[in-house]
Parts: sequence; structure tokens; C-alpha cells
Amino acid sequence: MHLEYQVYEADFVNAGAASSSIKKTLKQLNVSPQIIKRVVVALYEAEVNAIAHAYGGTIYADIEPDKITLKVVDTGPGIPDIDWAMQEGNSTASPEVRNMGFGAGMGLPNIQKNVDKLNVTSTVGVGTTVEMEVNFT
Amino acid sequence: MEKTPFFHALKIDEDTCIGCSRCMKICPTEALRVRDGKAVLIPDRCIDCGNCFKVCPTRSIYIEQDDFENIFNFPIRVALVPAVFMGQFPNDITVSRIYGILKDLGFTHVLETESSIPIYTAAKNKYAAENPDIRPLISTFCPAIVRLIQVKFPGLTENLIPLRAPLDITAMYIRRKIKEELEVKDDQIGIFYITPCAAKIAAVKNPVGEEKSLVDGVINMDSLYNRVYHEIKKQGHGYKEQKLPVSQLSADGVLTSLTNGERRLSDAHHSYSIDEIHNVIEFLEKVENEEIEDVDFLELRACDQSCPGGILTCDNRFLICERVFGRARKIADRERKGEQTKDHELEEERNYLMRHMKVGDIHPRSMLVLDDNIAVALEKMKKIDEYRARLPQTDCGICGAPTCDALARDIVCDNAELTDCVFIQRNLEARGNMDVQESLKIMEVIWGKAKMNDYVKKK
Repeated sequence: MHLEYQVYEADFVNAGAASSSIKKTLKQLNVSPQIIKRVVVALYEAEVNAIAHAYGGTIYADIEPDKITLKVVDTGPGIPDIDWAMQEGNSTASPEVRNMGFGAGMGLPNIQKNVDKLNVTSTVGVGTTVEMEVNFT
Repeated sequence: MEKTPFFHALKIDEDTCIGCSRCMKICPTEALRVRDGKAVLIPDRCIDCGNCFKVCPTRSIYIEQDDFENIFNFPIRVALVPAVFMGQFPNDITVSRIYGILKDLGFTHVLETESSIPIYTAAKNKYAAENPDIRPLISTFCPAIVRLIQVKFPGLTENLIPLRAPLDITAMYIRRKIKEELEVKDDQIGIFYITPCAAKIAAVKNPVGEEKSLVDGVINMDSLYNRVYHEIKKQGHGYKEQKLPVSQLSADGVLTSLTNGERRLSDAHHSYSIDEIHNVIEFLEKVENEEIEDVDFLELRACDQSCPGGILTCDNRFLICERVFGRARKIADRERKGEQTKDHELEEERNYLMRHMKVGDIHPRSMLVLDDNIAVALEKMKKIDEYRARLPQTDCGICGAPTCDALARDIVCDNAELTDCVFIQRNLEARGNMDVQESLKIMEVIWGKAKMNDYVKKK
């Protein structure tokens, strides 16, 4: 099953819409609540990243009987040093974004904690792609 | 996942139901359909919140209760009365007078449910301290909320506080006390709870996380209200009451069944109290997504204004709130002046009660799961999406399901047909693939013969 969602730059009001929708789907598939939680938390972080740091993007979700694959593709500034960004506390978020409670430097590390596979690719000045996979068993 | 069927206190009287579908449209868990002109309940989805009861124009949704005369099957008859019952009566009718009338009606003992609040609160705060990893903790005070979480938010069942409700704690106390004082056996004591709602009945008849209920029967608040009011009228205006000793309920106890009643007593740093089922659902969606962080405690109540808004209360919920509040103010005043101690009679049994506070695990029983096998569920879901795309998204309810999405799901689960949709019928008629008689026949299966009148003809 394939699902797609658009997210827009600085649209914090709708942050979480994609993860909410995917949660509803997974609940109907009898995926265990613990696994749904991991999917939702990881996707929510990635969603917020695309909204807060990039100029928006597209979320692709593919659900198979044994796993979910998520791909968040944004157009934006890109990440110059992915290893640095993967460490807790490191953030390039603007003060405005931090004031809204986002940008604590926990995004990518939190995604890492919740998924079984993570692949981040980025080109500076073009955008970032975050690919995640969570197994159902 | 738990599979035993839910007991439901709400019933539908097929003889009087006119199949208007108001109940179907208001149900927060989409637990109702219309078939053959009657409302039909899907037991696994119903959480006994009572919204359907409130909107039924013919009172065809009713709440089963135990026969009042059942109390006389027991030599010792205890009325467990929630504080909200006292709030049904005008201020000039005292609590002591109501106690007196309840005794005249046949009860040997009267005790207010919230007598156990100090112990209940202590147990909850203790559980919170002992389980710092479970956050937010969700109160189990309202049984409709417990069921809502089981069916719609299965991922949050582990956040429910697995402790007995005040009603059960008070029942446990009074049974033990009477057994000791009067040296009688268990089966000679009948404990009857006066309920403001259907969910409490369901909780008593089929307790979640318990094997057997601690209460012997339930009496609906509206029916007892009528009996008590009848006695008040018989006593007349010049009635001089005898002052009876009443439970020394604390101000905290009196306020517990109101919104914020638990939250104000909680040790939690960050907590919310939310009432009315749709508000609760909206909030729990966010909690489940972890969009709301650092929440320690949630007091959630299915009814607007909490228990004063229960479907079996007998007056406007805001008036009831104010009366309950007024009583709490008076007690708080006495507590401040030292005329009434906050310590309560249940304190003597505190240790015993605290040891018997735990209930068993509360299991999810999701209504949402399409199939236990993910591959099969995925197939069904694809089909649901296909049907959904073909439906008009008007949620008109003419198909006998509350929404187009519900119909799509019903079709895939073999409980409905695509041709139940009136828009699809029109399409088919226009293409010459269905004649008017066929579509009328479909309508008749859903709405019954009686609804198939000629509405154009003048009467």
C-alpha cells in the first residue's frame, strides 16, 4: 500500500498530519501499539525537520505485510555534515524555531532510536532525503 | 487482545425505535447502524458513553437496571450514593433528609461513594511514584474512558492506572465493616450503587481487570430520584426533619466527580482534565502521537461537566455542578474552622484497602483491526480505499452507516453493499443498470417497510 503526503515550509500548524494518518492506517492492520508508536515518533520528527529546516517536501510511505518504509524528500539547504547532525543536541535551528519548542537537536537521533534502518542523504543547496524502515515483527 | 464480549447497559427497544438514525450519527465510535428500520448496535464498538440515549426522540434506547425490590433479597441493604445524587435536589433539601428517606425506602445503610477519595488519591499518587516510566498516567475513574482507550487507543492501555475506582473501594470497606460489626455472612449483605450513567453499570456488571464485581446491584439515579422526590412531596412543607448522622465526606471527596476533581488532588506536575467524549478523543490522538510531551496525569471524563452530565442525572448539569460545589464550600469552611476533620472513617481500614487496590491488567480490544493477519488486513484496506474513492463523501447516512468511510469498511467486511449508497443507485438508474423498484427494495431493507411511504401524496 502506497501513501503520499505533502508538507510545506514553516507550516507548523499541520505538523503531524502525515504521522497521524499513517497511525490510523497501522492501527487497522493490527500492528502492535509499540511498533506504531516508534513509526509515529520517527515520522513526526522527520516531518518537523522538513517543515522547520527545509522548504517543504513529500512523504512517501509504503506498507507491506512485514514492514513500513518511509521516505521524506525535502528541497532545502541540505545538511553539510550528516554525522554532526546525527549527534544529540546539535542543531542549526533559528532562534524563532527554537522558541516554538522545535530545534533541540534531537530530531535525527530520535529517529535513529525508533527505526530499524535509517539512511540520510543530502546535497547542500538542493535538499535532504531521509529513508526509514520499521519492521512489524 | 481480549475477546470476551462487552456487557452493555444500553439496549434498544425495537418495538418503539423509529429508525431515525440520530443515534447512529452521534455515536463517537461508529457503533450503530440502521437495518430494517431499526437501530442496531455493534457490541465490540460500543463504550456505553450514552450519547445515543441523549438524542433518541422516542426513548427507545434504554438502560437496563436491577429491580428495586431486589434490595429486599438481602437482610442488610447498603445504598452507595455518589455525591452527585445529592446535587439533584434543591439546596433546602438537606443531605441528612435524603439519607433519612433512603432508609425509609428500605436501605439499612447509606454511604457516599466518595468516602474513599483520600485513600483512592493516596493509592494513585503511590502508583505514580512507583511507576515513573509510565507517563502520562490516565485515570480509570470514568469507565467509559477505560473502554474508549481499549477500543480506539489500544496503545494507551498501559497508561491506564490499574487501581480500583472509589465506588469499589467504598464497597470493599463497607462490606468488611458490616461483616465485622454485625457478624454476618457475605451473602447477607447487598450493596447497591446508585448510578448517574450507563458506563458505571457496564463496569459493575462486567468489570475491566476484575473477575467479579464488588457490588450486588445497580439502581439508576433517575428512578431513585423519583422515589425520593415522591417521599419529599408526601412529607410536605411543614416537615421537621430529624438530624441523622451523615458520612463525613471531605470537601475534596465531594468535588471528585466534577471536572478537575481528581486533577486538583494529584501530585503530578503537568496534568490536564478534559471532559466530553469528543474533546477526549481529540486530545488522545495527540497524546498517542507524542505531540504533547511532558504530561504526567490525565483526568478524562466522557460526559460534559463530568458526572453531573451523566445521562441518568435529573437536572441541568450546570445547576448540579453549582450545588455540589456549594456543598463542598460549606464543608471546606467547616474543615478550616476545625469543626470537621479531613480524616475519614475509612482511615481505620487504610492499610487493608491499600493492599487490595490493584486490579488485573487492562487489555486492548481494538475495534479498528481489519484482520489479525497483516497481509489480509492490507488487502482489505486497499479495497476500502477503492470503495471510499467511489463514494460521495457526503456522510448522509442514507445507506444505514454513519459515514461514507464506515460504509466502505462495512462493504469490505461483508456487512453492506456498494449499492446501499443512494448516489450509486442513481448512477445505476441513469445507466439503465438498475430500475426504480430495485433501488426502492434496497432502501426498504435498510429503512424498513414503514418508511417506504409515498411522501409526495398529500395527506
